[in-house]
Amino acid sequence: MMPVDYQSALHPAGPQAASIAQLWWFMLAVCVVVYGLVMATLVAAVFRAHAVRQAQAERSLTRTVTTATALTTVALFGILVASVRTGRAVGPPDGPVDPLGVEVTGYQWWWDVEYQSPSPPNTVRTANELHVPVGRPVRILLAATDVIHSLWIPNLHGKMDLIPGRRTELWLQADTPGVYRGQCAEFCGLQHAHMALTVVVESPAAFEQWYAAQKQPARPSSTTQTQHGEQLVTRGPCALCHSVRGTDAGGRPGPDLTHLQSRRTLAAGTLPNARQPLEIWITDPQHVKPGVKMPPVGLSTEERAAVVAYLETLR
Amino acid sequence: MTPPYDQSGDGLSNAEIEQLTDTWREPPGLVGWLSAVDHKTIGLRFIVTAFTFFVLAGLLAAAMRVQLARPDNDVLGPDLYNQVFTIHGTTMMFLFAVPVVLGIGIYFVPLMVGARAIAFPRLLAFSYWMYLASGLFLYTMFGLNVGPDRGWFSYVPLAGPEYGVGKRADVWAQLVTFTETSGLGVAVCLVVTIFKLRAPGMSLNRMPLFVWAELVTAFMVIFSMPSVFLASGTLIMDRLVGTHFYNHAEGGDPLLWQHLFWFFAHPEVYIIFLPGNGLVSTIVSTFSGRPAFGYTALVLSLVSTGFIGFGVWVHHMFTTGLPQFGVSFFTAASLMIVVPTGLQVFCWVATLWSGHVRFATPMLYALGFFQVFVLGGLTGVMLASVPLDAQLHDTFFVVAHFHYVLIGGSLFPLLGGLVYWFPKVTGRMLDERLGRVVFWLFVVGFNVTFFPQHLLGLMGMPRRVYTYPAEMRWGTLNLLSSLGAAIMFVALSLYLWNIVRALRHGTPAPGNPWQASTLEWATTSPPPPYNFAPLPTVSNREPLWSASWPDQPIITGLATDRREVLVTRLMDADPDHRREFPAPSPWPFITAVAATGLYVGSIFTPWAVLWGAIPTTLGVLGWVWPRHGQRPSDLARALGGAGTEQRRS
Repeated sequence: MMPVDYQSALHPAGPQAASIAQLWWFMLAVCVVVYGLVMATLVAAVFRAHAVRQAQAERSLTRTVTTATALTTVALFGILVASVRTGRAVGPPDGPVDPLGVEVTGYQWWWDVEYQSPSPPNTVRTANELHVPVGRPVRILLAATDVIHSLWIPNLHGKMDLIPGRRTELWLQADTPGVYRGQCAEFCGLQHAHMALTVVVESPAAFEQWYAAQKQPARPSSTTQTQHGEQLVTRGPCALCHSVRGTDAGGRPGPDLTHLQSRRTLAAGTLPNARQPLEIWITDPQHVKPGVKMPPVGLSTEERAAVVAYLETLR
Repeated sequence: MTPPYDQSGDGLSNAEIEQLTDTWREPPGLVGWLSAVDHKTIGLRFIVTAFTFFVLAGLLAAAMRVQLARPDNDVLGPDLYNQVFTIHGTTMMFLFAVPVVLGIGIYFVPLMVGARAIAFPRLLAFSYWMYLASGLFLYTMFGLNVGPDRGWFSYVPLAGPEYGVGKRADVWAQLVTFTETSGLGVAVCLVVTIFKLRAPGMSLNRMPLFVWAELVTAFMVIFSMPSVFLASGTLIMDRLVGTHFYNHAEGGDPLLWQHLFWFFAHPEVYIIFLPGNGLVSTIVSTFSGRPAFGYTALVLSLVSTGFIGFGVWVHHMFTTGLPQFGVSFFTAASLMIVVPTGLQVFCWVATLWSGHVRFATPMLYALGFFQVFVLGGLTGVMLASVPLDAQLHDTFFVVAHFHYVLIGGSLFPLLGGLVYWFPKVTGRMLDERLGRVVFWLFVVGFNVTFFPQHLLGLMGMPRRVYTYPAEMRWGTLNLLSSLGAAIMFVALSLYLWNIVRALRHGTPAPGNPWQASTLEWATTSPPPPYNFAPLPTVSNREPLWSASWPDQPIITGLATDRREVLVTRLMDADPDHRREFPAPSPWPFITAVAATGLYVGSIFTPWAVLWGAIPTTLGVLGWVWPRHGQRPSDLARALGGAGTEQRRS
């Protein structure tokens, strides 16, 4: 079970989110004071029993209003400075760093995650789950090919849009190990509500172990049932959209399934990843996530069992 | 206080008054109803139509709150929910908030400046019919399950030809074009009325603050609408005739849409709440029994808000990866606009401080405005910051923020303003006790609905989601928010009931029930078709509060057997010439029907633009065709006989 605040701007798990949270508390304090002062003055003004209309009283009111306006301007200037400073702190780092490079591509309605590496065999492709080692800057390149999405992992950073035809990037760092959740923040159509991303922040050692496992192709099937399942998945309609590295399945429009079982959720955070939800999902995806691009493929009960058995071997 | 200006006055004989009534009244029958051009008739139609759409959009909001009341709810599916939130936003922005503030301007600006009529009355009638047609069009399409579902902002490529298949996004684009035609027409009528039809003596620096607010608003409409015309026009061309303005694969750019849209849509926010500010000035001044403190500061605030309002649009695009230096400029501009708004608040508080406050219902709404609007303004300061906005943008925090600003800045003053002007329009008073109960219910319901949404946003809940999983633990606050919506629903129902009851059984209104200072209270309630029998003149900012009232010079010499008005000069409102205004005509209605055919047809084929232009042009020809017996423009007699005469009493 995930902790309560795993998708919250107020529980930062890294320096960027922490800077923004600090700015939030500062602004909140300023605003509470201003609001309190204005409301208190208003109440006092309304309940004053007598009217004053002498020239001297008007002059003193003018002085008060001018002072209040001047103070407002000063406060706004202070906020501007604080905001620009925070903006610089959460942007790309100034000095040379050795970031972990990840390319995240948004699709209707899931996330493609690709870890970049100078040597192609070291490249890792997964979906709807981002693993980040503690303490290392991460440079996330953002892209979209269909419509605009927005990557938002509130515990780590503010959001950044993924815009077709443009490249954007987001620099973040995670300091507190844990499992967090991100979600698409730009309205992207029917299933905008079901476009989540699991973010796993782990020790460098655990990250390396995960990374090494992800690099591996899928293991060949061993039982007759899983072999039947593999046949169905890699030669059947599934392979038109999904890839399973190490097999003939090389479709790109859908999430990579090579290590499906290593992930925590199905269908971009729509269902927990377990046998029964998986069965429900492949039987009738349109019922679970209406409008999703995955069609029902019309498997018999026996075929479905074989496919699920095979998918369960993709660890 | 002084008694209201006496309409049976000694300027005109009874026979002349009868003739005036005859000249200016609306023609009878159905054709007469379709031919109406009186600003009070049209203004009231705008207001009633706008509130009808407000009720419809409110019901859509209620449906959304039912759906979000608990996690994993399935009252509305994603397809219907997306239509519902899109049409809620589109209706509130295009079919309620803007038309209603313009409608109130149409009704009251000519009365407040002491004019006999509004400028370009047929254009005004045309604007109303276009507005009505656009609303009927939207809801007809929604009924046919072709309601827009891409959000009120219709971002491309989601609303583009490839990802917005079907006619839904076209309906949105043409609806926008429709309502903006209407808005532009009204804006022109208001600007010309304010500049050229003011009562002699009402120099610019004596204009009521509400009129100033409507003036700035009308100018903002004129400057912002071309941008959204361009946006919706190019969108529909991308969709219908295969242009590539927004197609990145062909050198177009999705961000271009966002710039064009927000260059219009941010000023739109000020278009919506500046008239609200004008109303607050009016109400605060009246119920404090003193002129608004800092008239010049208030006017300059309105004007500078109008200017700066055009320089902040990028704060809707802080998360699109624009360069840091560029976005910093828009942070600064967005913070700067707080200064004039803050100054206005300080001036109103100073007015209350030095006045004697009377707690009638309109005043309660003005106080509600402070509680809500100031809070919305402060969260706006937070959103102006680029890094903080990166967390808050597109979350429920923003939903809470703009409901505080728009409901606080516009709806609270409007609800107060309706109570304030109800006696003027109907001649009857609303029930004061029920009015107070409604106010308290509304203000509590509002805060219970929208305050928790700030917290939901911080807790990570994005906007425009049709549901959310139980494990997110957003359920309790959402349920609270939905309960608040139910309270608001009850409050607004009672508000309507109060109006319906008062229309039948309300006590007759005295001439100037709130002891206000402005000219609309110088005529009978409801006002006669000609507004003022002898036209008034003014010699200060608060004519009805001045010691000399009603012993003011009046205007004589205007014809009573034709629609003659007095045109005055822009700065000092000196009498300039007399001009005959057009009579009621069915042609604006006919033209609007033809233009509707063009707009609706163009969704299905670009040829509709060509063929539809023919009847539309014929309609305009019929509209401007000189009638037999119509006098040529009286420019020739321009500087002739209109004059002022000291009233004896």
